[in-house]
Amino acid sequence: MKIYVPRDAAARALGADDVARAIADEAARRGLTVEIVRNGSRGMIWLEPLVEIERDGRRLAYGPVDATDAAALLDGALPCHGTVEDIPFFARQTRLTFARVGLIDPLDLADYEAHGGLKGLRRALSMTPADVVAEVTASGLRGRGGAGFPTGIKWETVRKAAADRKYIVCNADEGDSGTFADRMLMEGDPFTLIEGMAIAGIGVSAAKGFVYIRSEYPDAIEVMEAAVRIARGAGVLGASVLGSGPAFDIEVRVGAGAYVCGEETSLLNSLEGKRGIVRAKPPLPALEGLFGKPTVVNNVLSLATVPVIFEKGAAHYAGFGLGRSKGTMPIQIAGNVKFGGLFETAFGMPLGDLVNDIAGGTASGRPVKAVQVGGPLGAYMAPAKFATPFGYEEFDGQGGLIGHAGIVVFDDSADMLKLARFAMEFCAVESCGKCTPCRIGSTRGVETIDRIARGDSSAIPILTDLCETMKDGSLCALGGFTPFPVMSALTQFPEDFACQKEAAE
Amino acid sequence: MRQDQPQPSVEDLKRIIDSHIHLEGPLLPILHAMQSAYGHVPQDAVPLLAEALNIGRAEVHGVMTFYHDFREVPAGRHVVKICRAEACQAVGGEALAEATLKKLGLEWHGTTANGAVTIEPVYCLGLCACGPAAMVDGRVVGRLDGARMDRILAEAGA
Ligand SMILES: Cc1cc2nc3c(=O)[nH]c(=O)nc-3n(C[C@H](O)[C@H](O)[C@H](O)COP(=O)(O)O)c2cc1C
Ligand code: SF4
Ligand code: FES
Repeated sequence: MKIYVPRDAAARALGADDVARAIADEAARRGLTVEIVRNGSRGMIWLEPLVEIERDGRRLAYGPVDATDAAALLDGALPCHGTVEDIPFFARQTRLTFARVGLIDPLDLADYEAHGGLKGLRRALSMTPADVVAEVTASGLRGRGGAGFPTGIKWETVRKAAADRKYIVCNADEGDSGTFADRMLMEGDPFTLIEGMAIAGIGVSAAKGFVYIRSEYPDAIEVMEAAVRIARGAGVLGASVLGSGPAFDIEVRVGAGAYVCGEETSLLNSLEGKRGIVRAKPPLPALEGLFGKPTVVNNVLSLATVPVIFEKGAAHYAGFGLGRSKGTMPIQIAGNVKFGGLFETAFGMPLGDLVNDIAGGTASGRPVKAVQVGGPLGAYMAPAKFATPFGYEEFDGQGGLIGHAGIVVFDDSADMLKLARFAMEFCAVESCGKCTPCRIGSTRGVETIDRIARGDSSAIPILTDLCETMKDGSLCALGGFTPFPVMSALTQFPEDFACQKEAAE
Repeated sequence: MRQDQPQPSVEDLKRIIDSHIHLEGPLLPILHAMQSAYGHVPQDAVPLLAEALNIGRAEVHGVMTFYHDFREVPAGRHVVKICRAEACQAVGGEALAEATLKKLGLEWHGTTANGAVTIEPVYCLGLCACGPAAMVDGRVVGRLDGARMDRILAEAGA
């Protein structure tokens, strides 16, 4: 009997290790032979630890399971959700990037291949580099790290650059609050990322890749390092990819607790062993990136989506989505929600459907006040904006951004002034220090919001001006976009900024 | 972490440097290795690193201080990192953090008088659908409340 108990960090944070141990002990007590597979998470975090028991070829799902439930679980006495595929939250998804996450044993290469793994890489190996890049361009894939830049165009720049060395750098710094898709993918299906990076290497003729993972993700680091070793041992990586291709190898590197190192040029400096100061562009990293060499910098999800594009064809991928937002997006639903987790779907679903329908509204049962989409630099959106379809241009049109597709839901107890203050404080803590409006302006921002909180309404126009200065005078989006959460809070929820003094008068 | 860890000798530090120096961009991996061995990056390492990497001492120091992770002095025996970011705030993370600090009589980054626990802020642990979240010596915990935090602190000897 096979029993799946996730090793995903969220499942572990909710007791999955204890559950796995308790099941093993209980099985031993009964003389049962069970194989416990530590899979990735199926993405329904409110059901974690979600345990699946394979019987007659069907995987029946139970959860949340507590360590004290082990006996009942083996007796078949726990309430069963049916199969994961029966659960509405899962059934409504279109899983392309996340197709294997939670389904397979993350570190079993044979299991990976049995579920379509390496097919894309084999196809890419039969193509010319130019055709590899053209396939990515045709898929319409855009960068999933936040900026939404077309991946194929970036690769083409690197492909055409002449150099003795080129690099593929995977940005796994995932610092945005409300996001965890990179983590889940690395913990649940690391070979997909390796395969995507190898295809990128073939496309642009790079022989070396780095995965830069934030230090806050010890579980992901462990799984990625193990997966790279296994892939190297099996000849997927190494002197000749799959024994017939060019050389490509990967090294895992660990960040050191700096949010700004998610910005691609800061990340490159960090990899080089320098302070993570943002570099001015140009030169583009595609031309002068890591150690001055042409470099592809892509988010985990961008690279991990490449294998399915090659497996199923660019047209298949581009067939999903809305307008210029092609394909699917692994949306992360977080904060005060009934059903939080990972929901991969074609672009285009209205924000309100995601919040009220998929996420089931707030966990507290109180009305939704605001939703922050796209991490700490993303705008707060009031329910008045819930008709906005989930897409790059659509959110931009509403003064927001989808970023890395995290949705953080707040109920009506949220204090928008406090959240605006937090945005400024975060910017001050994490600023790389290069631009004055970001470094100094954010600290002024905190002080100004404190003045407003004390009842000084004359500080409101000062805050507005300060936000303008930060927008105009910042080199990167940390200083440049912090005004989004601040101003969206101020303009949509002015009552939270109405001064106490006036209220008292 | 671990104030009771041995002070490294120059030879120990050199050994760590030597085992990473072949890497492309070895500085961060070396700093991580020292921190994981000794709970901080000893001051003695700075001139050694400057020499090995052929950069100035100020540059080495600049890198060490730029990153929140690297410590110049050891933390308490256990480090509890509490998430301060938005998704955890949405489910009461701020109140939990404030109550924890208040109970221990600490500010952020502070260490209890008995050296048992250091409390650090962290900005997201990727556990945003099961907050409030924290990390205790590298082990993640989700859906924290006051009672669970008390248990964690008691186990850590705070
Ligand atoms: C302050 C800041 C933080 C960022 N953090 C991340 C991050 O954690 N992960 C990421 O992939 N991109 C992040 N980005 C975006 C990167 O600069 C870059 O656009 C991205 O890695 C490119 O990959 P993509 O085209 O696949 O999205 C950040 C940008 C800024 C300005
Ligand atoms: S905006 Fe802030 S983080 Fe970005 S480069 Fe300028 S100082 Fe650095
Ligand atoms: S916001 Fe706290 S874990 Fe992500």
